[in-house]
Amino acid sequence: MKFAGLIWSNLKRRRLRTALTVLSVLIAFLLFGFLGAIKQALVGGVDLTDANRLIVRHRVSIIQTLPVSYMNRITRIPGVVSVTPFTWFNGIYQDPKNFFGSFPVDPAGLLDMFPEFSLPAEQRKAWAETRTGAVIGRGLADRFGWKIGDRIPLNSPIWPKAGSSETWEFDVVGIYDAGKKGADTSGFYFRYDYFDEARQRGKGSIGWYTVRIDSPANSATVAKAIDAEFLNSPAETKSESEGAFAQGFAQQFGDIAAIVLAILAAVFFTILLVAGNTMAQSVRERTNELGVLKAIGFSNERVLAVILAESFLIAALGGGLGLGLAVMLVAAFAPSLATYLPGFFLPPGQLAIGAVLIVVLGFVAGILPALTAMRLRIAEALRRSA
Amino acid sequence: MSNNHEVLVDVQGVDRVFRRGSEEIHVLQKLDLQVRQGEFLALMGPSGSGKSTLLNLIGGLDRPSNGSVAIGGERIDGLNDRQLAAWRARHIGLVFQFYNLLPVLNAQRNVELPLLLTSLSATQRREHAAAALDIVGLKDRNTSFPTQLSGGEQQRVGIARAIVTDPTILLCDEPTGDLDQKSGDEILSLLQALNREQGKTIIMVTHDPHASHRASRTVYLNKGRLLAENPE
Ligand SMILES: Nc1ncnc2c1ncn2[C@@H]1O[C@H](COP(=O)(O)OP(=O)(O)OP(=O)(O)O)[C@@H](O)[C@H]1O
Ligand SMILES: [Mg+2]
Repeated sequence: MKFAGLIWSNLKRRRLRTALTVLSVLIAFLLFGFLGAIKQALVGGVDLTDANRLIVRHRVSIIQTLPVSYMNRITRIPGVVSVTPFTWFNGIYQDPKNFFGSFPVDPAGLLDMFPEFSLPAEQRKAWAETRTGAVIGRGLADRFGWKIGDRIPLNSPIWPKAGSSETWEFDVVGIYDAGKKGADTSGFYFRYDYFDEARQRGKGSIGWYTVRIDSPANSATVAKAIDAEFLNSPAETKSESEGAFAQGFAQQFGDIAAIVLAILAAVFFTILLVAGNTMAQSVRERTNELGVLKAIGFSNERVLAVILAESFLIAALGGGLGLGLAVMLVAAFAPSLATYLPGFFLPPGQLAIGAVLIVVLGFVAGILPALTAMRLRIAEALRRSA
Repeated sequence: MSNNHEVLVDVQGVDRVFRRGSEEIHVLQKLDLQVRQGEFLALMGPSGSGKSTLLNLIGGLDRPSNGSVAIGGERIDGLNDRQLAAWRARHIGLVFQFYNLLPVLNAQRNVELPLLLTSLSATQRREHAAAALDIVGLKDRNTSFPTQLSGGEQQRVGIARAIVTDPTILLCDEPTGDLDQKSGDEILSLLQALNREQGKTIIMVTHDPHASHRASRTVYLNKGRLLAENPE
C-alpha cells in the first residue's frame, strides 16, 4: 500500500484527462446499471412465476373469453388442485395514460392461488363483505396516493357498466404487498360477482383461468388433459405453464434485451479504447520517469504492477461511481416507474457482473501499456531525458 | 568495505557492443578500471566516448558484452534483471544531469521514493528523507514540487534522493551539466563534502575541467579505453 501515493499522484498528473476518462467509465457503468434494471423489469417476471401454476386461455388469443362453466370442468381433471378466473378489465382512471392492470377476480381463489400476495386478515374479511370492494397493490396505491376507504371511478372500453353511468366505482378495502422482490404490486383487483352482474354484456364469460396443479412434473400432462377436455367445443383452450406464458409475454421484450446488450457491448468497447488510450499515453509520456524508477531499483514486475494499478484505479473509480449512481437513480425512479415497469430494480447479480467488468476493464486497458513499461530498457529510457 | 584502500569497483576487460541494424558499435573495449573505497573519481572524455555507458555498467543499469564488473567483491555482470534491481536499490545512488525528479511528487516524496523499496515504516521513511534534505540544505523546501525549484535546488533534491538509502557508491552523470557556474560550484562542494565528511565513494562524469579539479582522481575515456592523462 505504500505505493498508493505514487499511483494516486500519477493520476493527478493530467487532471483533466483523468477526469474525462473516469467520467466516460462512469457513464458506461451508469448506463450498464440503468439498462440492467430495465432489462430486469422486462424479462425478470419469468423468474417470479410458479411452476405449480398453469394458465388456461382461449386457443385463438388472450382477448377471446371462455365460459364461466369451464371452472368446474377444469377442477375435475386429475392433477388439478384449484382453479381461479381472471379477466382483463383494462380499467382507465381519468386519463388513458393512467394505465395499470385491473382484473375482476374471485377474492378467496386469488389469494389462495397467489400466496406471494400478502394481505392482512381484516382486509381479506372486508373484501369478502364489500361487494364493490377492491384490493390494490402497494405500488399502485403509492402512485396515485390511494388509501383504504377511497372510492375509485374507473372506465373500461371493453366492459362498460350497465345502467345510467358507464363508469364503475370501487371502494379500496385492502392494499397488498409483494412477498418477493421485484414482484408486481401494480395490480387492481375487484370482485367478479359484482363485475358480472353489473356489466352490459358478456355475462358469464371469463378471460382466462389460473390453475394450480399437484406437481410441476405433471404440468405437460395436465395441460394436455385440459385442452383435450374442451376440444371441438366453441371455445377451445390453450394451456401452458405460467413460466411459458410469462416467457411468451417477455419474448416481445427479448429483442429489446438483445438491443440493450448490443448497446452495452458497444459502449464498453469504446470505453476500453478510451481507458486504454489514456493508459498508453500516460506510459508513453513518462518513459524517462519509468526509467528513473527502474534505475532507483524498481523491478520490471513492480513497474508493471504500478501501471496496472493505475488502470485498475481508473476503472474502479469510474465503475464504482457509475454503479453507485445507477443504484441511486434506479431507487429514485422505481416508484414513478412502478406501474409501467414493475420489478424495476438492480438485481445483486447485475452488480456482481459490474464488479467483474470493472476488473476486466482495468486489466485489459492497462495490460499493454504496463507490458511496454515493464520491457523498457533503463539505459534507453534514460537517454530520452533531454 | 571499511578499509579505505580496498578496491570497491573492479571493472576488468569489459567490452560493450551496441548493434544498430547490421552495424556493430564497439563503445568500450577491453576496459579496466579500479576505484577504491572513499575515492572521488572524475570521468572525462569527448561526447559519445562511452562515459554514460561505463557508468551504467558500474551501476548495474546495463550489462557488459564481455568482461566482469565487481562491486565490493560481488560480481554483478551475471545477475538477472530482478536481482540487479534489488542490488541497485541497496548499493547505488544515482544523480542525473537533468535531475530526473518525478514532477508529480514534492521534494520530500521524491526523496522518499527509493525508500519505498526498503522495509522502513512510513515514519522512518519520512525521517530519513527529512535528514537527507537537511544534508543538502533544503530542509524547508520539502513540500515544494520540482517546478517550484531552481535547477540547483532540483539537483540538491536529486542528490538527497541518491543518498537517502546510504548507498555504497554515488554515480553522477554530468551533475552540473545543466547548471550555471555558481549553482554548479555549490553542487560540487556538496559532493566533495559527502566524499570527505561521510566517506562516500563517488564516480562523476563531467565535461568541465573545473569540476574534475574537485575530484581526488581523474580518468579520461578515449576511443573505448581509459587513460590517466588527458590525451589533448
Ligand atoms: N542503447 C544504445 N544503442 C545503440 N547505441 C548506443 C546505445 N547507448 C549508447 N550508444 C552509443 O554509444 C556511444 C557512447 O554513448 P554514451 O552515452 O556512453 O556517451 P557519453 O560519453 O556519455 O556521451 P555524452 O558526453 O554525450 O553524454 C554513442 O555513440 C552512442 O550513440
Ligand atoms: Mg553521457
